Amino acid sequence: MQEAIRVSGLTKRYKRLTAVDHLNLQVHEGELLSLLGVNGAGKTTTVRMLCGLSRPSEGDAWIEGHSVLHEGAKVKPLIGISPQETAVAPNLTVRENLRLMAGVYGLRGEEGKEAVAKAVEEFGLREVLSRRAGRLSGGWQRRLSLAMALLGGPKVLFLDEPTLGLDVLARRELWHLILSLKGRVTTVLTTHYMEEAEALSDRIAILRSGRLLLTDSAAGVCERAGTADFSEAFARIVTGEVGL
Amino acid sequence: MSANARRTLSLCGRSALEILRDPLNLLFGLGFPLALLCLLHAIQLRAPVPLFELQHLTPGIAVFGLSFMALFSATLVSKDRGSAFLQRLYASPLTPLDFILGYTLPLLPLCLMQTLICYACACLLGLPLSGGLWLASLSSLPTGLFFVALGLFCGSLLSDKQVGGLCGALLTNLTAWLSGAWFDPSLAGGAFEKIASALPFLHAVEWARALLGGGGAALHGLVTCLYAALALLLAVWAFLYQMKRQ
Repeated sequence: MQEAIRVSGLTKRYKRLTAVDHLNLQVHEGELLSLLGVNGAGKTTTVRMLCGLSRPSEGDAWIEGHSVLHEGAKVKPLIGISPQETAVAPNLTVRENLRLMAGVYGLRGEEGKEAVAKAVEEFGLREVLSRRAGRLSGGWQRRLSLAMALLGGPKVLFLDEPTLGLDVLARRELWHLILSLKGRVTTVLTTHYMEEAEALSDRIAILRSGRLLLTDSAAGVCERAGTADFSEAFARIVTGEVGL
Repeated sequence: MSANARRTLSLCGRSALEILRDPLNLLFGLGFPLALLCLLHAIQLRAPVPLFELQHLTPGIAVFGLSFMALFSATLVSKDRGSAFLQRLYASPLTPLDFILGYTLPLLPLCLMQTLICYACACLLGLPLSGGLWLASLSSLPTGLFFVALGLFCGSLLSDKQVGGLCGALLTNLTAWLSGAWFDPSLAGGAFEKIASALPFLHAVEWARALLGGGGAALHGLVTCLYAALALLLAVWAFLYQMKRQ
């Protein structure tokens, strides 16, 4: 399997705090990897470094073979991001938000129209196409945010807590959309919802205090922790009840 | 069209829509200066004052109206900074130059349009149509650039609540008091007159007045343009600074 992301010794320090500590990781093409950890584990900081939003203090990462540290301009067209908070232009309609992203990724007229039409179909946005993004419900905004992240045709997608604050139904709808991306787009997802990580991930990476504790499938994590319940397995690992 | 130009234009379009779709922007940016023009003209009709003659008053009101552009650009940038939307854009192929142009360029046609509407209203009230009127309107571009860049500077460093106070209240008042829009700073004299002469507001108004009257006033124009260039440099620095910090 080809490598889409390679992380080598990635470290981020803020004065006395080490948010991410010598992280080593590989993500294969088309794979969905979830980053799990309690608050302050370094999940969002890792995503920010991989997206070029934050400069590593040490180490480097390569997206499709391009260094995030030295080849930012080559990395940016290859990635899409759906940040933790809903990142839409509130006074623009859904259609205008999508067109904006098509323009931002430099898509030509017809190419841009096709990309927007495809996103509208794929994410079922037709019924809200003319509504202002700021007036949509949280679920619709997240759906739009995801569609915007995919509009430039990224090879690698970063989803930072994509279902945070959504109700059960909206979360399930978003899960279906994320699952439909598997195999097509390499995805790195951060989440606090254990059932989400279990349902969506090919592999799970568990972080604690900026350090990678393990990378395995959900079943593998459970096996290592000696329990069939994934949430319990996670708790045992991050609290150190289970030696790794 | 190149991919770079498409990127910049997309961001420009978005900035313009965000500003034009806020009814408060239209109310303050256009409605307030026009109401002031009509009110002062009505006073002039009842009790003639040379300062309130349309030839003298309109350029001042037009420059005062442009001061709201600083509020618009500052609010847009500071709100974007406070949301995750800018993070999304920072992770996209947009370059720092795209951002600067995307936040600045769309406001310049708005400056010109606002000034033209102000002069059109003055013409309806009795200002004679002349070639100087077009030149005076064009002077709104460097003056507008000064205000827009000042807004970008403030919006890059301050929160949206802070820019409301600074650009909304302080800057518009400074423009009103120190531009000589509806009173002559030389009447106050002393430090007030010196401060007014040192800042760009008075020069921008005097430049527009001279152009409207068929004159040149190159010095006033030069001072206004230099201030616009300085404000733009500061805005670029502030924007890049916050971009790096974020």
